[in-house]
Amino acid sequence: MSVTVRIPTILRTYTGGKAEVSADGANLGEVITDLEKNHTGIAARVLDDQGKLRRFVNVYVNDDDVRFEQGLETATPDGAGVSIIPAVAGG
Amino acid sequence: MRKMRRKGLASMAVQTAETPANSTDGTVDLGPATALSCRECGHQVPLGPVFACEECFGPLEIAYDFSAYDTEELRKRIEAGPANIWRYAPLLPVPADVATKPNINPGWTKLVQADNLARELGVTGGLYVKDDSGNPTHSFKDRVVAQAIEAARAFGFTTLSCSSTGNLAGAVGAAAARAGFRSCVFIPHDLEQGKVVMAAVYGGELVGIEGNYDDVNRFCSELIGDPAGEGWGFVNVNLRPYYAEGSKTLAYEICEQLGWRLPDQLVVPIASGSQLTKIDKGLKELIGLGLVEDKPYKIFGAQAEGCSPVSTAFKAGHDVVRPQKPNTIAKSLAIGNPADGPYVLDIARRTGGAVEDVTDEQVVDAIKLLARTEGIFAETAGGVTVGVTKKLIENGVLDPSLTTVVLNTGDGLKTLDAVAGTGLTATIRPNLDSFREAGLA
Repeated sequence: MSVTVRIPTILRTYTGGKAEVSADGANLGEVITDLEKNHTGIAARVLDDQGKLRRFVNVYVNDDDVRFEQGLETATPDGAGVSIIPAVAGG
Repeated sequence: MRKMRRKGLASMAVQTAETPANSTDGTVDLGPATALSCRECGHQVPLGPVFACEECFGPLEIAYDFSAYDTEELRKRIEAGPANIWRYAPLLPVPADVATKPNINPGWTKLVQADNLARELGVTGGLYVKDDSGNPTHSFKDRVVAQAIEAARAFGFTTLSCSSTGNLAGAVGAAAARAGFRSCVFIPHDLEQGKVVMAAVYGGELVGIEGNYDDVNRFCSELIGDPAGEGWGFVNVNLRPYYAEGSKTLAYEICEQLGWRLPDQLVVPIASGSQLTKIDKGLKELIGLGLVEDKPYKIFGAQAEGCSPVSTAFKAGHDVVRPQKPNTIAKSLAIGNPADGPYVLDIARRTGGAVEDVTDEQVVDAIKLLARTEGIFAETAGGVTVGVTKKLIENGVLDPSLTTVVLNTGDGLKTLDAVAGTGLTATIRPNLDSFREAGLA
């Protein structure tokens, strides 16, 4: 399953400045593992020491916040858009 | 309403963080602010229009150097300052001459001694309402936007933007108009009409997003990382560290208005949780500076039941806030995924406070209670804090024998729909017989 991942500004040092990259995986966890293969270091920014999403990271698959879905198990259908966004906005 | 973005909306050429407008050596003058520090991991970066830690995504906060201040000199300087938030300029991320710049100069709102409400609620230790409906655009948001304007000036932005539940949109529109910035702000498409009008009247662009506040917020966060949003100052996204500091002025004012004294208990509304965390920061700063006596205080958070992610987490004993889909009349508090929720939990627990919620019906009852006892017409967020105060007293959680301050953060004229059933007592003919017949004599 190939998906498009939107990269926030603070992670673009890992993607050579690219705002969007492609990655493969049947679910979000697999997509992040694949991202790490091509952009070493990015997974440790998104996941904590226990391998869970950091609490100040929001991830959306298409328009759905994965915290309302199955977290890292959330399915990532072919052609889906994945957005990684800092959570500390708003209010 | 336009559904399409106007051509060229994002094409303004502006300076960026790399070329701050007011410096020649790459530094910016934001008074005592020295750096941005991650609240999670402590990683520090130079002052700039960034908001999330590059190491852990944690929120960046302003670090200050207050070491040169003498307590008594600082107190005198504050007391001699203008009757607005700039009396506290030495404690804010703003240049020393901030009061001379075009700004809407919010703050120094009334701290109302609410004896009638106290009697009604059985409070004996002193009850006060900090009534921020008295700000220029009738909500506390003027305080935070005033900080963001100064940061935007320092970083050379010329367009101001935000995601808003309504009050902020109006505050940004007004402040941008006064300061000579262009504004383009984003709101959920179904906000109260009063807030839409109050945001639109200042002449900036107002864009409705088909979704709730969390959807708007997500959109703005994505826009900021896109070339379309390059050079925009989003007051509550890339200027959020500066913006959020404005809420400290609520703490400063409350203590100064109490005679440089800490209240024992504060009841604060929770939307993102930023205001509550910054009130706590402000109180701690005053203690650290010796401007108030170091004594315990308790902070209580207030939410509406229809959007109560922090209250739910508090009651469950959780450290993590699970997002909710909001469904409440208290739209200014309808943030289902509150960024500062975990910190609110920490503060409520550290100070011995609590987080509680009330139903929409209780919110309306509380709006009417505050209005009939103190002559203060609060927006729904004020109904939430008064309603939660009542509930906490009834449940024995809030001590009625202690000095308590309840925040009203906005004007009831913005949320007239909430009390739409309130109206005429009677309709009579224009004569005395009709008056008497109606039982009004």
